[in-house]
Amino acid sequence: MSEKVLVIGSGPIIIGQAAEFDYSGTQGCLALKEEGYEVVLVNNNPATIMTDPEIADSVYCEPLTIESIETIIQQEKPDSLLAGLGGQTALNLAVELQGAGILDKYDMKVLGTSIDSIQKGEDREQFRQVMNDTDQPVVESQVITTLDAARSFAAHIGFPVISRPAYTLGGRGGGVAYNEDDLEILMKDGLKASPISQVILEKSIAGFKEIEYEVMRDKDGICISVCNMENIDPVGVHTGDSIVTAPSQTLTDKEYQMLRTSALTIVDSLEVIGGCNVQFALDPNSRQYYVIEVNPRVSRSSALASKATGYPIAKMAAKLALGYRLDELMNPLTGYTYASFEPTLDYVVVKFPRWPFDKFKDANRTLGTKMKATGEVMAIERTLEAAFQKAIDSLDQTLPTFAAINDAWEHIEAPTDARFFAILDLLRQGTSMEKIFDATGIDPFFLHTFSRMIDWEKRLAGDTSVVTVKQAKLYGVSDTKLAEVTGIPVEEWASFRATHDITPSYKIVDTCAGEFEAETNYVYSTYAGVTEIEPLKAEKKALIIGAGPIRIGQGVEFDYSAVKAIESLQKQGYTTVMINNNPETVSTDYETADRLYFEPLKLENILDIAAFEQVDIVFTSFGGQTALNVTESIENHGYKVAGVPASVIEKLEDREAFYDLLQSIDVPHIPGEMCHSAQEARQAADSYQYPLLCRPSYVIGGQGMVVIHSKGELEAALEETEAKHYPLVMDQFITGEEIEVELVSNGEEVFIPGLMAHIEEAGVHSGDSMAVFPAEVDEGISGQIEKYAEKIATHVNYKGIMNIQFLVSGEEVFVLEVNPRSSRTVPIVSKTAAVPLIDWAVQAMIDETMTFPAAKPHIPYIAVKFPVFSSHTLAELDHKLGANMMSTGEGMYLGKTKEQALAKVFEHLPYPDDPASFDEEKDEDFDTWLTSKSATVYHNEAETEEAKRKRIEALKAGITIFSNKATYQAYKDSMEHRNKERIALVQPVKDGVKV
Amino acid sequence: MKGVIQLEDGQFFEGHASGEWASPVEGEVVFYTGMTGYQEVLTDPSYRGQIVVFTYPLIGNYGVSDSGSESEKPQVKGAIMWQCSDEDSHYQADQSLAAYMEEMDIPYLTNIDTREITKAIRTKGTCRASIANTPSAPAPLEAAGQVFEVSKETIEVHGDGGTHLVLIDFGWKQSILDKLLAGGAKVTTVPFRSIADIHGMKPDGIVLSNGPGDPKDVTGHLGELKALLDEYPAFGICYGHQVISLAYGADTEKLPFGHRGANHPVKDLKDGHVFITSQNHNYVVTGESLEDTPLEARLVHVNDGSVEGVVHKEKPIFSAQFHPEANPGPEDAEWMIDEFFTMVQKVGVTTYV
Repeated sequence: MSEKVLVIGSGPIIIGQAAEFDYSGTQGCLALKEEGYEVVLVNNNPATIMTDPEIADSVYCEPLTIESIETIIQQEKPDSLLAGLGGQTALNLAVELQGAGILDKYDMKVLGTSIDSIQKGEDREQFRQVMNDTDQPVVESQVITTLDAARSFAAHIGFPVISRPAYTLGGRGGGVAYNEDDLEILMKDGLKASPISQVILEKSIAGFKEIEYEVMRDKDGICISVCNMENIDPVGVHTGDSIVTAPSQTLTDKEYQMLRTSALTIVDSLEVIGGCNVQFALDPNSRQYYVIEVNPRVSRSSALASKATGYPIAKMAAKLALGYRLDELMNPLTGYTYASFEPTLDYVVVKFPRWPFDKFKDANRTLGTKMKATGEVMAIERTLEAAFQKAIDSLDQTLPTFAAINDAWEHIEAPTDARFFAILDLLRQGTSMEKIFDATGIDPFFLHTFSRMIDWEKRLAGDTSVVTVKQAKLYGVSDTKLAEVTGIPVEEWASFRATHDITPSYKIVDTCAGEFEAETNYVYSTYAGVTEIEPLKAEKKALIIGAGPIRIGQGVEFDYSAVKAIESLQKQGYTTVMINNNPETVSTDYETADRLYFEPLKLENILDIAAFEQVDIVFTSFGGQTALNVTESIENHGYKVAGVPASVIEKLEDREAFYDLLQSIDVPHIPGEMCHSAQEARQAADSYQYPLLCRPSYVIGGQGMVVIHSKGELEAALEETEAKHYPLVMDQFITGEEIEVELVSNGEEVFIPGLMAHIEEAGVHSGDSMAVFPAEVDEGISGQIEKYAEKIATHVNYKGIMNIQFLVSGEEVFVLEVNPRSSRTVPIVSKTAAVPLIDWAVQAMIDETMTFPAAKPHIPYIAVKFPVFSSHTLAELDHKLGANMMSTGEGMYLGKTKEQALAKVFEHLPYPDDPASFDEEKDEDFDTWLTSKSATVYHNEAETEEAKRKRIEALKAGITIFSNKATYQAYKDSMEHRNKERIALVQPVKDGVKV
Repeated sequence: MKGVIQLEDGQFFEGHASGEWASPVEGEVVFYTGMTGYQEVLTDPSYRGQIVVFTYPLIGNYGVSDSGSESEKPQVKGAIMWQCSDEDSHYQADQSLAAYMEEMDIPYLTNIDTREITKAIRTKGTCRASIANTPSAPAPLEAAGQVFEVSKETIEVHGDGGTHLVLIDFGWKQSILDKLLAGGAKVTTVPFRSIADIHGMKPDGIVLSNGPGDPKDVTGHLGELKALLDEYPAFGICYGHQVISLAYGADTEKLPFGHRGANHPVKDLKDGHVFITSQNHNYVVTGESLEDTPLEARLVHVNDGSVEGVVHKEKPIFSAQFHPEANPGPEDAEWMIDEFFTMVQKVGVTTYV
């Protein structure tokens, strides 16, 4: 019998712990299976590839608590535990399992880095001891457990001081204190945030360079450095919020080696087995450095380092955990060198964070020690300017602009997400680099680079000769940028390039700078040099467009779709080409598609690749709205887009056309209309009754969607609306139950695995609502829903996957909207119903003869999906549920009944009648309660400013809040159904049924 | 201005020239894959006469420092880069790389697809190349005897430590001397043509330095060298390692394209440990040639299994094909220098007490 390994995943996506653990976890699980191990996975994040039943032998979407895991251990009897792949969550659980004696009780080995070593890396005191023992300098600091101790330490070393709570994610509860008042607030938050009520206070080393090393170590102590990285933002901004280059750019060889040696010494003395991240601060004016932090596990940085170098850290880490040595594992990219050969780059990499502030206008945009980015993009190029430009192009967002110099300066003095763009703007307006350096401490090397980017803009404004444009391309000036600085439309630049034969070259990532022959499929574009690859030789070649960075409303679930689509296409005999730019994901693992282009998802990049590869078909429905939005343009350039033509998508997405369509087939929709101007909106509002639901066009995740209760609110909303968001949809706001349908259609028939019902009423964004699948819906209603769904899909001869949202109000069923693409809930439905939805969708898109099973799947349990909010880092925002999506991730639990599944969602919370739980509607004296140590749950659903303030205060204190009646009711109702049932997902139906 | 590098087989690559040259600049073309350390590479005597291609595209980011060189001046014949910076922002920088290259009159090309040249070299093997303003075929003649150009004429004494070491000069790097001085030695550098003089110095140990080109260039000195090695503890680095091997009857051969870079894993057969090394060599001691000698391979390259260091079966002599003194490259092999000091001290004790 093969050995069984229990793997703990990282759970729902939150800021600080995101899709990178899907990538690492998937790689790790596959590596274990490759070695013949049986893998039992516990991870309650349904949106990932990692929880796909094909990745592990048993997948438990169950709570990540030691009680829950102990039950699973009893059921599965694993031989060992691998905790290094599931981020801080898994590491903390491993420490707890050990502490509670559970690992000993069930005689389980720990694979990889030992618990002892984990604690040495994580526990501040033990860590300092290791640093002292190995002569590694650390910043003067002290472990603090009381406010008084904090005050006296700060008095001793002087402000500013940095606070870092122990055992927390993404710097949760931490920050910089510039004075006594700051300190008091930080201590309160920090001590609360730390599960062991411990905060480390340290001397501020703001202005130092921040450098990271990704190190691998095997059981025999062989250590290598896979990659080093330099943060462009000096120490003070969390590395997850920093713009980062790989390799370091401003370090001499002596500095590079000094820190490398230090990193290796530390990792060796911690006896890490697997991957480890070491962060340093380096004085820009001397050789003085400090070790900031060690993460004895794979991390966001290791995912980035893997993608930056091509060296698969998580995969190798899993194998090292099994006992392999670095000099016996082959480097899969070269197939010649061993895993002990340190990667070397012959290109530059820029990582750029993706922040949620485009959605959260009220959030505090200042960056510090607490991470705020939801995701990131990466760019590969051979000049730094071009790498920056590509990274910006990959962000897929409206870039910040500044009305006045002072506005720009605001983002510079206290760094915000807009700092980079503010710097560019100041340089554009002639501010000196010295002045910017003084304010930011950003190394002049980088400022020079930014300045050259501006020089190109200026030069191109007056000179668009072929020679100049060609040169500008070397430095990354995209067609969009050319259009912006010259005023000549982007399409004309595309034809200008075609006329003058200005096309990018494609080079490969091979870990060895070309020293050895490598058969890699990992490609980037550049104008610096020649193309070194041939288009893939293939009978049928498909291009799959990815979803870009993780952001609110477009998360890891879209990566799931893209990856499953690639698998399906490969099975159907297609050669697959993937374009994406998110370093955290499985889709950008070079082993996923037959060829990976790590590129921005701008039309320019997509079309250049499509032309080079001469692809037969392009898939735009598996990369969220980002991919769907380019459908029409791709079609206009003569490529075949899989599924339905852009005209059909337009009919389904354009509100006016869609309402016409629904009327023509007798499917009811909410009363409402399209408004092309503020004037039209006012007129429309007059013809309906408040409340109204107002949504702008071309947005993701309900951005800017508001419920309007009065004329005053309407005016305020119109004020906020940018011109490009017209037309607005103005709908009657009707309350009722929201039902979602995921369907696959071959044009003539549709397959609906079941209905998903929201717990909260319509009006709460579907991404933020809890939902039940399969839902128990009155037969009459469900029949009507399915009939409407079928009518819509077959009417437009829809091929592929589609999501439809319905509103049920009494006996009436209305269509709310259609998403003619793979949606957020596809992985949940697919996994719960054990139906390969994406696979069937792909088949329906490429194969005329594809049919679906007539019977509904038998689903042996009920799943509840619940949203997860990153309030730990965005506590200043009122998390009252509404039309604008705020959650960063989602989780899922299974139960024999809906109540049992719901009970798991709330099982970590106290009973509603417990003093730890405060109900604004019946309990009194909120302020006193808030300061009580046990305060855990707060319920207040009022719309008032006072309610908002209280919710925010509660959130800041780390309390779970309920802002919606239905959610709160579900919590209360679930209490009597608490259970210890731990259920593994059933394996999926293997193939589509072909007749 | 246009610049071209042309390889022996006629392939050429166009870019920008750093100047206008009356006649082509010729040399053996090699590539360096390290991402930092350009100043050390340019001034390392082991690169004497070679044209170095830097695979990392951004060269010169942190400028050039007066104290950062491995010898007084650049040793390379020319350099090929994608980008050569004319700015510097590092606190230790005294000038930009572009300014330094101009001052030192080292021809270089930029805007060259360095990855393509690297691939050409890895496919065809190390070859001759010419840098010029128009394509120009390099003379087919192999350069030889570079070691005679870099070894100094005079004997020099450095430091005043308690352990007296002789560094035999085949073109030593500053870092080797620095590391020996840091270890507490007084170091006398002796040109390899003056080996006979060493006996009179009664050193505690001998270090054979790195150097450029073919170790068989010094075949004429192997006899007197062996006599010296038989008597003193010795440590050979790179060229020095090859010369020790030759002196005891082993053979060397030329690798198809050499080992160069800062990322080469080497395994110590004594304890199985693997560490990353900095390398720069075209020639290698062949494994089978060690068979009938008193030497055995102690260190081997993880990727290709080639000999990376030997140890004498009876005498206190060992060697490294790579650069334990680093600069550029990782410091993982510095223990070898410590081990040499320990060995020297041990021998000292047994001899004189």
